[in-house]
Amino acid sequence: MAETSVSLIGSRAVLFHAECPFDLAHQQRFWAMSDVAADWDGVREAVPGMTNLTLLLEDVPHNLDHLSVLLDALWHSGVRKDVEGKLLQIDLSYGGDGGPHLADVAEITGLSVDKVVELHSAQDYTVYAVGSHAGYCYLGGLDPRLETPRRKVPLTRLPGGSLSVAGLQTGVSASTGPSGWNTIGSADVRFFDPFREPASLLKPGDRIRFNPIKVAA
Amino acid sequence: MIRVLSLPPLATIQDLGRDGHWFEGLGRAGAMDPVSHRIANLLLGNDPNAATLEIPLTPARFRFETRQAFAIAGAPCGARLNEQPLPRIFAGFASAGDMLDLDPIRVGARLYLAVPGGMNVPKVLGSRSTQLREAFGGHKGRVLAADDLLKPLSQTDPVLPPMGLSVDLPEFRLPNDRMIHLRALPSTEHESFDTASRKAFWSMPYDVTRENDRQGHRLDGPVLSCESTKELRSHGIVPGIVQVPGGGLPIIQLADSATMGGYPKIAAIIEPDLWRMGQARPGDRIHFHRCSLPEAARAALEHEEAFGEITQGLAAAHDQETSWA
Repeated sequence: MAETSVSLIGSRAVLFHAECPFDLAHQQRFWAMSDVAADWDGVREAVPGMTNLTLLLEDVPHNLDHLSVLLDALWHSGVRKDVEGKLLQIDLSYGGDGGPHLADVAEITGLSVDKVVELHSAQDYTVYAVGSHAGYCYLGGLDPRLETPRRKVPLTRLPGGSLSVAGLQTGVSASTGPSGWNTIGSADVRFFDPFREPASLLKPGDRIRFNPIKVAA
Repeated sequence: MIRVLSLPPLATIQDLGRDGHWFEGLGRAGAMDPVSHRIANLLLGNDPNAATLEIPLTPARFRFETRQAFAIAGAPCGARLNEQPLPRIFAGFASAGDMLDLDPIRVGARLYLAVPGGMNVPKVLGSRSTQLREAFGGHKGRVLAADDLLKPLSQTDPVLPPMGLSVDLPEFRLPNDRMIHLRALPSTEHESFDTASRKAFWSMPYDVTRENDRQGHRLDGPVLSCESTKELRSHGIVPGIVQVPGGGLPIIQLADSATMGGYPKIAAIIEPDLWRMGQARPGDRIHFHRCSLPEAARAALEHEEAFGEITQGLAAAHDQETSWA
């Protein structure tokens, strides 16, 4: 039986975590859990992370016992949420000014620049979770051959639309901000627009396909 | 209506924040010191959530373009109306042409300027707070600059004594003491830090550094080491979380916190104490006090009760003024 834990990340915020593989089948269980938990009394929002779940509460709980029992039962029910998400195709320029670390990724992985682009754009990615900054999608399914460590010196101002990789994760930033990931390309896409309904372009379960339109080493 | 004449480029319109969009990755934003923000509103009889101007850096100068009620609360900054000194917490009227001057802040880090009904900016996604990273909300999604106009939502004058209204409130910290006391709960990876690190975190002071903004504070002090070195999968974080990146020095996430992160989390500051961090400045020191969930629940209750008393006190002052009028 997988080990689970419930901990506090704020006086009115708890994090549920289960030891499990990092794959779509397990992530689907957290999507299902967040749907159920969002309707519980005293829960303001339930949001899936990467194989974990955060609950924002109305009030400070007096202890975590009750929530732990509920969350454990929900996890062990094993229910998965299969999302028939939409597919977003994104035209992407790999390398160049918008992807300054493409050559670094090629060097770290021992692959050619063309092979990195080929592997990165070969498959559809599933949105596992939305967070960090508005509209940002954590994507699962990166080819393990493209695994790289985070950069020692983060970029302080990575522009919106930047495509980055780190570990087994990849994603396109939705607005300008700091990043410790390896940036290998750029796209023109608006992931979050407060005047659009819904404001966030994608939600967990949606998919992204990258179409390489340009490659510069 | 108030015209900005000079203002360092960090002041933003804020209310109590934007709830309900966390699932889209959108942080709360909102006033860094919600206590001072609420007081400024209460002085004018506003809803506590009405939008104010949050001013984290001075000197600044404003000119009243029309006769206008206003309130200030927060860090002391030698505020003057036409060169007449104002109390740190004050509400009153200014005439057309009056000048409001704010000197450099030396204690605390932010003050709030309120107008009747709140600042007249559009509500976006349920709030008037400025979302700096996403560049929307508040005043055109940006910091205020010279020549910008601050307009009140209400044209009705609040009831105030002719000489204005001031209240006494607890200071951010004891006089001549730069230690800020924060109550915090142990967070997810607390037990993964070695014994010496945990002991140091809860007993030694940390210094507030220059690396601070609305997103958070980087602290300086005892280096903490986490026994588990595996990379964490990205997970939810909220304002008040104390993360410890590889270097071992804690980061506190505040109003403009990201919604997800990946660093080990040693503690979570309780919400009723977060306003103190909104008033922390370089040179101040921080002492974390471990507390339990029942203590955190009680602190939340006491915090709201204190506000209830302030609200009642101000309502009584307003009523008295009305009966004299």
